[in-house]
Amino acid sequence: MDITTAATHPVSSLERPALEALVTFDDVVFGYGNGRKILDGVTFTIPRGKVTALMGASGGGKTTVLRLIVGQVKPQRGQTLFEGSNIATLDQTGLYALRKRMGMLFQFGALFSDLSVFENVAFPLREHTDLPENLIRDIVLMKLDAVGLRGAQHLKPSEVSGGMARRVALARSIVMDPEIVMYDEPFAGLDPISLGTAARLIRDMGHALGLTSVIVSHDLDETFRIADQVIILANGVIVAQGTPEEVRASTDPLVHQFVNALPDGPVRFHYPGPGLEQDFGSGVKPGSSFLEAKR
Amino acid sequence: MSWFNPSDVGFATRNLLGDLGYSTRLFGKLIALFGVTMKRFGLVRDQIHFLGNYSLAIITVSGLFVGFVLSLQGYYTLQRYGSSEALGLLVALSLVRELGPVVTALLFAGRAGTALTAEVGIMKRDEVLAYMEVSAIDPMRRVIAPRFWAGVIVLPILSAIFSAVGILGAYLVGVGMIGVDGGAFWSQMQGGVDVGRDVGNGVIKSIIFGLAVTFIALFQGYEATPTPEGVSRATTRTVVMGSLAVLGFDFILTALMFSI
Repeated sequence: MDITTAATHPVSSLERPALEALVTFDDVVFGYGNGRKILDGVTFTIPRGKVTALMGASGGGKTTVLRLIVGQVKPQRGQTLFEGSNIATLDQTGLYALRKRMGMLFQFGALFSDLSVFENVAFPLREHTDLPENLIRDIVLMKLDAVGLRGAQHLKPSEVSGGMARRVALARSIVMDPEIVMYDEPFAGLDPISLGTAARLIRDMGHALGLTSVIVSHDLDETFRIADQVIILANGVIVAQGTPEEVRASTDPLVHQFVNALPDGPVRFHYPGPGLEQDFGSGVKPGSSFLEAKR
Repeated sequence: MSWFNPSDVGFATRNLLGDLGYSTRLFGKLIALFGVTMKRFGLVRDQIHFLGNYSLAIITVSGLFVGFVLSLQGYYTLQRYGSSEALGLLVALSLVRELGPVVTALLFAGRAGTALTAEVGIMKRDEVLAYMEVSAIDPMRRVIAPRFWAGVIVLPILSAIFSAVGILGAYLVGVGMIGVDGGAFWSQMQGGVDVGRDVGNGVIKSIIFGLAVTFIALFQGYEATPTPEGVSRATTRTVVMGSLAVLGFDFILTALMFSI
């Protein structure tokens, strides 16, 4: 399929009834064993056919949101719903049936190093279907063609670059034609060309295939460029939510610091510790940094 | 503050019991997955090739040298009592009942066991196992069970090869170098080795060693901390725990087999 052409003639995603929720988080509270709440009463929806970006400082609970959606962890309070069904109440059979409708792209691809690019993409088809070999071949080559790697089908993951490996993983994540694809840091460590390619593929394939996309990313420019909805998480709560333009215009100090990549603000640059005068002696004014004191 | 803290002992005991319960459940699950795993025999076959074929060289060479040494040491003792023609019987019983299964299992833990731990540990570190989980593919069925049953199948075969090559090595040294009568070497062996009691017990031992070593290797990989250091530690634990398990089970099984 020619993605560029398909993107100019969106199949359906933008024409669907506006903002029909595919995933709903309703007052979700979740924390790990140490008692600290990662999510504290979070409520939001992920609209069908749209690109939703989850952003925020590291440790803010973005990846936990993905783990809740795939049912790897369960909320301690509240509900996580997929098309109205409570994910947390599903047994393993129900959960696996649900996960077959989802795709996920891991930060470093999570490819099988002993399988070729072709076999990596074919892997879910071989595990979940009894399709004949010629059909598997056609589907895999179509998906590889969509990410521009049909010619690399015989290579091993160790023989392709990081950006190409990410594209192989992208092809694998959509090979079962899922309804929702989750991307965990899809742009991390990519050069500008690979980064732009990955962003364009996520956006165009989402439109062409009518996918719902959830992106966890720290790359502001690319993410804001392709997202329909941005959710910024901090300290377990949503501090900003809306279109990229709305979030950019936010006056919230934390959002302002995050969007403008400022080193200091509500998220402190210095890790809490003893005062400078205590560590370096007198001559350092309380509140100033060591470099300022030297000047 | 006292160096002895009873709560630490309680905490460690609780953790130990938890780990023991978890590993037992995992082992039970792998046993229960036998039928499902055998339905996709291609996956098991690939692992038999990986574990068996690549361990063959070390097993063969080790078996040959153990046979050489056993022949020399056996002859040294037997000729004192004028029964050096029983060398074949001594070597065969030693290898088939004891040394074959034990040494093969120890070598298997060092060669194939560490490879299994590292492979599964790195799959965990690279999020391949997590990918399978979220893609509705049970890693236990797809990755762990085929490797487990391949190990259980491979170890008795490697053990048989070890014993056969060891006997051949003993023949080369005993008959070819020392000059023991070749006919006596083979006929004593033929008359004295019982297939059911001696060979059978050896096979039972190697199956149990296969279950223990392969399970320990896979469990360590599956539960490894997903960092380079974590995988390295897990690999070391595989060798230590695998070897101790083999020696411990060997004593228990030998004692049981003597009493039957």
